[in-house]
Amino acid sequence: MKRDYYEDVRLFKSGTILAWSVVFLVFLFTLPIYTPSYNIYLLNVIMVHVVLAVGLNILVGYTGQISLGHAGFFAIGAYGTSLGMTHLHFPFLAALVAAALIAAFFGFVIGLPALRLEGPYLAIATLGFGLTIMHIIGRWNIFGGRMGITAPPLDLGIPKSSCSWVIAGDVKIYYLILIITTLLVIAARNLMKTRVGRAFMSIRDDDIAAEVMGVNLTVYKTLSFAVSAFYAGVAGGMYGFVVGFFDPFTFNLILSILFLVMVVVGGLGSILGAILGASLITYLQYDLLKNVENLPVLGELLVSISRRWFTVIGLANFSGIALGLIMIAIVIFEPLGMFGIWIRIKKYWKTWPF
Amino acid sequence: MFESLLIEGLAIGACYGLFGVAVAIIYKTSEVVNFAQGEMGMVATFVAYHILSVHGMSPWVAFPVTIAFSVLLGMAIEFCLLRPARNPTVLGMIILTLGAEMLLMGLAGWKWGAEQKDFPFNLSLVTTHAILPGLAFNEWTIGVFALSIVIMTLLFLFFRYSKPGIAMRATQQNVNAARIMGINVERIFSITWGMSSLIGAIAAMFFAARSVLDPNFMMEPFMRAFAAAVLGGLTSIPGVIIGGMILGIVENFFGYAWPEWKPIVAFVLIILVITIRPSGLFAKHYVKKV
Repeated sequence: MKRDYYEDVRLFKSGTILAWSVVFLVFLFTLPIYTPSYNIYLLNVIMVHVVLAVGLNILVGYTGQISLGHAGFFAIGAYGTSLGMTHLHFPFLAALVAAALIAAFFGFVIGLPALRLEGPYLAIATLGFGLTIMHIIGRWNIFGGRMGITAPPLDLGIPKSSCSWVIAGDVKIYYLILIITTLLVIAARNLMKTRVGRAFMSIRDDDIAAEVMGVNLTVYKTLSFAVSAFYAGVAGGMYGFVVGFFDPFTFNLILSILFLVMVVVGGLGSILGAILGASLITYLQYDLLKNVENLPVLGELLVSISRRWFTVIGLANFSGIALGLIMIAIVIFEPLGMFGIWIRIKKYWKTWPF
Repeated sequence: MFESLLIEGLAIGACYGLFGVAVAIIYKTSEVVNFAQGEMGMVATFVAYHILSVHGMSPWVAFPVTIAFSVLLGMAIEFCLLRPARNPTVLGMIILTLGAEMLLMGLAGWKWGAEQKDFPFNLSLVTTHAILPGLAFNEWTIGVFALSIVIMTLLFLFFRYSKPGIAMRATQQNVNAARIMGINVERIFSITWGMSSLIGAIAAMFFAARSVLDPNFMMEPFMRAFAAAVLGGLTSIPGVIIGGMILGIVENFFGYAWPEWKPIVAFVLIILVITIRPSGLFAKHYVKKV
């Protein structure tokens, strides 16, 4: 039970959580020593998606707005960072922040119509935004058109000068991304404990009541969109360097849906949930379900089903089916997502055996 | 040139309008935007394709079977997915229908593969008939216009005179009051989804005849149809058709002038309309009560 304000705004609820967080961070920092390099690549993608899911959760889970256009912000981040480095010769971090700020500006702009919209209308408006960004990028030559662009060397110093400091290889990128991700996740958790975070949550719970209590809806709704888009921009900037090559169709509607699924599967309104959801969905999409026919029992079963009723080539679509089933199951059985399951387990064991 | 662009735009617009009506019927009754609508139509079209091309049967077998299948598919989705969800939020509903979309798309890709196919459709896009002097309509256009008029008339009669139609309107106004009046609301939802799936499947077959058939082919038409529905106002069925026609004409003329920007006209339009007049051109404005 919380007794005063400072207990409520503390970053870590108890020493135990702090200790476990430190242990987990140490584990993450030593991880490259005992895992093969393909897994490092996967971890990089997971961390990029964690940043994005945390940002999207600020918007969807904490402020209660819906966005189906986050692939658009993600694309702005990816293209902005790469182009900032190749054309303007920015160092990586400066380009990343600049691109993320551009994404945040677009988030602010999209936040303006959001003041009047809610629910499905907002979903459609953001969806339209995401698709528009995808098409615009695909048409302009500076963005590489439909052919896509290759990310420049990841340079922490000024590119093509004496003080360049190029980082190459998945492991080094892993450390860079890990530091950025950790900082952003802590920042998000911190933000939710401030006046701004509480304003977001009050808008989610009831925007009219929030307005009556003196929360400025215009400021906080657009701010929420901007912050969320900033996170998406940072994630996009890092993503470009993780995969090395991207084209406009990387950032399609399915990706936006995937992002929303991460947040919903993980648990709305919880930073931990966003991390869990992003990890699970990314692992399923990029690793486990990619070669589903090689799985021990399920794979053989699916191949035989495919032979009998479907086509074996089409089995690659299984990840879509699995994802759809997960989405449906989460809404029907566990609307709070993985975080909800965790809460229930915790509650059960708290008073065990009673 | 002007006339043919206009006719073409009107025909595509009517097609968007028909599909938008499918979205609007569900939205009016259960306040769900059915993101799976496009994929429901896509699967139904694939069933028609399967009967026509793989089994080589006549269209007189294929289309009734497809129609029946689409109705059952709509009812099944309502029964299996929406009904078990207890008091879902708006976001929950969106996730649910998006999940259904992914599921259907995955199943279609699994069954029929991702490569593009030609849909054998009876009405050709090339053969034209001059119905009015000086104006050439191709068969597809005639089919769309005829079918839109038939469907709109049937819908009007259904909602105005038939008992299920009146029950449906009552459910749209107030679910609880309708329940108290003895209307089986669950059955109404089921009928709604079946009807919507049917209209969507018909529109989807027309879209497939224009473009190619693959598991993604309904994504963009769905977006445009939704734009049309929002343009006209999601709660007004004639409004949706008119919105579709406006969108079709705007898109066709815009696409003629700047072909490379044609794909984003609908999305820019949707954002503009939603921002300026969220309730659409023909619907009454809706104010949230505390």
